[in-house]
Amino acid sequence: MIDVKHLSKSFGDNLVLDDISEHIAPGEKVVIIGPSGSGKSTFLRCLNLLETPTKGTITFDGMEITDPKADIDKIRQQMGMVFQHFNLFPNMTIRRNITLAPVRTKLMGQEEADDTATALLKRVGLEEKADAYPSQLSGGQKQRIAIVRALAMKPKVMLFDEPTSALDPEMVGAVLDVMKELANEGMTMVVVTHEMGSAREVGSRVLFMDGGHIMEQNTPQEFFDHPQNPRTQSFLSKVL
Amino acid sequence: MDLAQTYELWRQLMTQGDAEWWQTLFVRFYQAFIEGDRWRQYLQGVGITLVATAVALAIGVVLGVLVAMIRTAHDQQRPGRPKNPVLGVVNAICKVCVTVIRGTPMLVQVLIMGMVIFASSRNYTFVGALTLGINSGAYVAEIIRGGLMSLDPGQMEAGRSLGLNYIDTMRFIVIPQAFKAILPSLGNEFIVLLKDTSMISVIGGQELVYFAKNIVNRTFDAMFPLVGAAVIYLILVMIFTWLQGKLERRLRQSDRR
Ligand SMILES: Nc1ncnc2c1ncn2[C@@H]1O[C@H](COP(=O)(O)OP(=O)(O)O)[C@@H](O)[C@H]1O
Ligand SMILES: [Mg+2]
Repeated sequence: MIDVKHLSKSFGDNLVLDDISEHIAPGEKVVIIGPSGSGKSTFLRCLNLLETPTKGTITFDGMEITDPKADIDKIRQQMGMVFQHFNLFPNMTIRRNITLAPVRTKLMGQEEADDTATALLKRVGLEEKADAYPSQLSGGQKQRIAIVRALAMKPKVMLFDEPTSALDPEMVGAVLDVMKELANEGMTMVVVTHEMGSAREVGSRVLFMDGGHIMEQNTPQEFFDHPQNPRTQSFLSKVL
Repeated sequence: MDLAQTYELWRQLMTQGDAEWWQTLFVRFYQAFIEGDRWRQYLQGVGITLVATAVALAIGVVLGVLVAMIRTAHDQQRPGRPKNPVLGVVNAICKVCVTVIRGTPMLVQVLIMGMVIFASSRNYTFVGALTLGINSGAYVAEIIRGGLMSLDPGQMEAGRSLGLNYIDTMRFIVIPQAFKAILPSLGNEFIVLLKDTSMISVIGGQELVYFAKNIVNRTFDAMFPLVGAAVIYLILVMIFTWLQGKLERRLRQSDRR
C-alpha cells in the first residue's frame, strides 16, 4: 500500500531521515517508537507530504506521490492524519469540523456528510457534542473528534502522530479504544507513539527508529520480549 | 439681547479698543464658529474626513489583502517543486512598492500624487484618500501577514491533510481565525488614517483642516479654528477608541464560548 524507497530528509544541514526504505502492506498496523528527535514525526509527515522528502520516492496505492506532478490534494484525501495537538478548527462547530472536507472536496453532499458525521460521532460516544465548539471539549474528546474528522474522508490509511501524548492519563483509554476498534476493522494504520502499552495492543509490527534510521523491527511480541539491537534494549529498559 | 447683537456690540468695542479680554475672546470665538453659520463648515469637514478615512481604509484593506496573499502564497510554495515564475515577479513588485511606500514620508507622497501624478485632477479629496489608501495598504499587508503567521501552522496542516486545497484551507480555516486576530490592529490603522487625512489639505483636498484654514484666512485669526479642529479630531479618536475597546471585549467573550 505504501512503499518508501531511499527516503532522506534534511532540514538545512540537519539530516533527519537517512536513506529509509520500508513497505507498509494493506491492513498492517505499524507502530513507530524511538527516542525524541529520532525522526519519527518527520517520517510520518513525509508519508502525506506535509514534509517534502529531500531524496527518495514514496508510492501510495501505485501512485508515486513524490512525483512533482502528483495531485497532492487527491492523495491526502485518502490518507487521514491525527496530530498530537488535535488541530481541530476552533472557529467551527464539531459538525462542521467533520463535514467541511468531505463537502468541499465533493466526496459527499452536505446532507450525506451530516449523516456521516452523526454516525461517526455516535460511534465514539460524542453525538451530543455536534453543535459544540472545540474549546468546550476535553483533550480526550477533542482527539476522538480529530480521529472522526479524518475518518469522514473514508481514508485508506490513517497516520497517527503521538495521538495520546498531550492527554491527561485518564483520557488516554477512550482514545486508544477508538484506535483499537479501527485496527480491528482492518484499517491500515501507521502510529507514532511513546506508549508501549498501546504499541503492543494496536500494532501488528513495531519499528524502532533512532538517529534517522529504522534500527530494528518485529512483531510486538518478539520486539518487546526479545529486542536484538543494543540501542533498542537500552531504549526499552528506560521506558518500560 | 441675543448672541448676534452681543457680538455686534462687543466687536465695535473691540475696534474702538475698549473691549475687555473676555469680550475679545467671545468675538473671536463667534467669528470662528458662529458667524455666517461657520459651524456647518466644520461639520461638513468632519463628514468628508470620515468618508475619506473609510475610503482610504477600504482601499488599504483591499490592497493589503492582495499583497499579503501574494506574499504568503509565494513564501508557502512547497520547496523542491518548481516555483511559479508569475508569482515570483508579482511578489518582487509588491516588495518594491512596500519598500518605497514605507521608506518615504506620507506628506511627500500626498504632494507627489496631488501635484505631479494627478495634477489636473478635479477631486483632490479623492486623490488624497487614494494616496492614504495605497500607503495604508503597505501597512495593512504587514498586519495581515503577521496575523496569518501568528496562527498555529497546525491549522493549515490539518486542513491540507484532510485533502482541502490551499485556497479552501485559507478561506475556511486560516483567514477567519487570522481576521479575528488582526481586528484590533485594523482598528488602530483606522484611527491613524483618521488623523492622517488632515494631510489631504496640502493639495487642496476638502476636509476638516481645509475648512478650518479657510476660516483662518477669512477671519485673520488662527487660534479658534485650529484648536477647534484639534478638539474635533480628539473627540472622534476618543469615540473610535471606545468603540474599538467594546469590539475587542466582544471578541474575547466569543472566544470563551
Ligand atoms: N520543521 C523543521 N525545521 C527544522 N528542523 C526540524 C523540523 N522538524 C523537525 N526538525 C528536526 O528534525 C529532528 C527530528 O524531529 P522529529 O521528526 O519531530 O522527531 P521525533 O518525532 O522522533 O521526536 C529534530 O532534530 C528536529 O529538531
Ligand atoms: Mg514527534
